[in-house]
Amino acid sequence: MRSRIDIEAPFKTRVKQAVANPTLADTLTRATLHLKEQKRLSLEELEAQRLRDQMRQMKAHTLRNLPELLERFEHNVVMNGGRVHWAEDADEANRIIGELAEQHDVRKVVKSKSMATEEIHLNHHLEAKGITCVETDLGEYIIQLAEEIPSHIVAPVIHKRIDEISDLFAEKLSMPRTLDPQALCARARVELRQEFLSADMGISGCNFAIADTGTVCIVTNEGNGRMVSTLPRVYVAVMGIEKLVPTPQDAFLQYQSLTRSATGQRVTVYLSMTSGPKRLEDVDGPEEFHVVLMDNGRSRMLADGYGESLMCIRCGACLNVCPVYRQISGHGYGNTYSGPIGAVISPLLSEEMVRNKDLPYASTLCGACRDACPVQIDLPKMLLNLRHDLVSGKHMPGAERRAMQGFAGVASRPAAYRGTARAARTGTRLLSGFGDRNLRRLPPPLHHWTRQRDFPLMAKQSFREWWTKRSGTRGPAT
Amino acid sequence: MQHKKQFEQPPRRVALFVTCMVDMIYPQVGRAAVQLLEEQGVEVVFPEDQTCCGQPAFNSGYHDEAVPLARHFVDVFHPLIASGQAEAIVLPSGSCATMTSHFHLELLENDPAYLKRSEELAAVTFELTEFLVDVLEARLPEASLPGKVVYHACCHLLRELHIDAQPRSLLAESGLDMVDMAGSDECCGFGGLFAVKNEPISVAMGNAKLTSIEACGADHVVMCDVSCMTHLQGLLQRQDRRCRAMHIAEALASRHPKAKGEFNTPAQSKALDVGDRPRRWQDVGTN
Ligand code: SF4
Repeated sequence: MRSRIDIEAPFKTRVKQAVANPTLADTLTRATLHLKEQKRLSLEELEAQRLRDQMRQMKAHTLRNLPELLERFEHNVVMNGGRVHWAEDADEANRIIGELAEQHDVRKVVKSKSMATEEIHLNHHLEAKGITCVETDLGEYIIQLAEEIPSHIVAPVIHKRIDEISDLFAEKLSMPRTLDPQALCARARVELRQEFLSADMGISGCNFAIADTGTVCIVTNEGNGRMVSTLPRVYVAVMGIEKLVPTPQDAFLQYQSLTRSATGQRVTVYLSMTSGPKRLEDVDGPEEFHVVLMDNGRSRMLADGYGESLMCIRCGACLNVCPVYRQISGHGYGNTYSGPIGAVISPLLSEEMVRNKDLPYASTLCGACRDACPVQIDLPKMLLNLRHDLVSGKHMPGAERRAMQGFAGVASRPAAYRGTARAARTGTRLLSGFGDRNLRRLPPPLHHWTRQRDFPLMAKQSFREWWTKRSGTRGPAT
Repeated sequence: MQHKKQFEQPPRRVALFVTCMVDMIYPQVGRAAVQLLEEQGVEVVFPEDQTCCGQPAFNSGYHDEAVPLARHFVDVFHPLIASGQAEAIVLPSGSCATMTSHFHLELLENDPAYLKRSEELAAVTFELTEFLVDVLEARLPEASLPGKVVYHACCHLLRELHIDAQPRSLLAESGLDMVDMAGSDECCGFGGLFAVKNEPISVAMGNAKLTSIEACGADHVVMCDVSCMTHLQGLLQRQDRRCRAMHIAEALASRHPKAKGEFNTPAQSKALDVGDRPRRWQDVGTN
């Protein structure tokens, strides 16, 4: 496919592939600006700042009391007849779910949209066991057909134009090409209906889970989540440990914040809440209900001072305002989670710091994400801290470190600083061939600046020289 | 957020932290800042040992390297403030103002003696337009630039310092022919080392900005940071575009040719009265 970004390629290659795509940034800009505007409109009608403050308080309280809340949650799930599994990391989560599938002779799994299962690459794992996994969220379904990964936390297929989806359906489903979204959707619905009816296991993520009641909540618009959690014999919900909220009241607070921040909806079409398997008097529901509580680096993040990032409710608002995201798309980040929050948590989850060392630098620190975040997570601050960690861990190029040390050494000594400034002036004048033109080419490592941009010459008379002359005093020899 | 000092009397003497880039590359911006302050009857002090606030190192994660620069800033400016030789520090840069008044405090966290002095400085540190509007409540003489002018809100100024109304009101009252652009608060793509490390993204973001600028028909795009200005101007020039990027101080200090001249003393600045509204000159720009 022509617009592919190879998520396994190095960051620089992914960026090149993204910016070389002539329509990607336009598609993303239009879509994210639309979501941003929807969010603004939906928050306008209530006290948005108060909601943000309440959310932050609630999330902070939850994180402070996480061990106790998790136990309460487990107790309540068990009391309701469900089972809770604790997974230390991705491998353990995959193993647990794989074993559950084997125990129940599962041949087909239907899934509703879940970033947690993307995070652990569950589909690959199950497919390796010969189990078919079918994504039933429309966006995820398209992603699965295209053999890609989601490019957005909330809108997985936001990077594709409708004609690209039409091409895909033509290729994979032999559907006549059409630009009518309803027709494409109807076709997917027909395909998926069969899958729901023949699946043995339903797997979903979890938008939030209530400790006080042992309830897993999934927020969807398509109804597929409801079918995944009720039709198959076995229902498994996979959640990061930070998805917990203490009370039903807190759940509705988060629901309100989530729907408005994610898509600008007051309510979503579905809010599915599962507290346990089907009881005797129930007409439908799963025979078994399992929750996989996954750590996968989260406790370590909490311990290492990155706990704030665990307040994230995965609304995608930070992606929707991020100018970098618009240029490189979710795939540019090369991980399940993209955008500003992805740049923070991708290196931290499962300790892939070195593989992801470019991500904390893939931000101008413009702060739009922090202003957009419904939990007021200080994303720029965390990116700065990650940069500091990378530098302290000696993961950055030696030349860069030496340059910074040299710069600091010079700039903390006024005489050296003035001398260097003069040398730089001579340097730029030399480079310009003693003309007055801007520089069109700088030597490495600054050659990146001048690839597509001019660079100005140093002034013939610096400000301090002007000042010295003007005040008529003899300043330091400059 | 630090608490800014409330002045009973408008300060008469300020120390200018001109920033390293203005010093070396854009002295005209520093001169314009001096002009704007002196026109208001404020005396400007320029401590010559000033260097750089350390932002390039800090933003790239080199915190240890930035600490000596934070200390140096304190060493240079604190004596002036403590002795009353200057009542405030003024900078023509939103990002350096953020660095000196927010991030220096973080860097000096474990150094109580320096931290205390850094906090004292932060309370009297002002970005230029903030100082003109919030502290001096200044009315500036009429500015004069050919063509249309649009304002670009630089990120640190807007989202760290929450300064936006100040530059916009100065421009709105300047007599310049202001236009609006879509997404004037969107990052231009500079981002310090980002501009070099992630050149393709930086340029793509800059080009998106140029599209907005071009769409509003501006001849000048003005902003409160020379770093973002260098990035945008570099793109504008490489692409031979008509529009020019300019620091807000220069735009606000631009005068009708007849009214030009060096504003050496506050007394001289009286020559140009607010009431004196010269015809806007229409010849080619100075860039
Ligand atoms: S970091 Fe904030 S804005 Fe971004 S997805 Fe999480 S909650 Fe939403």
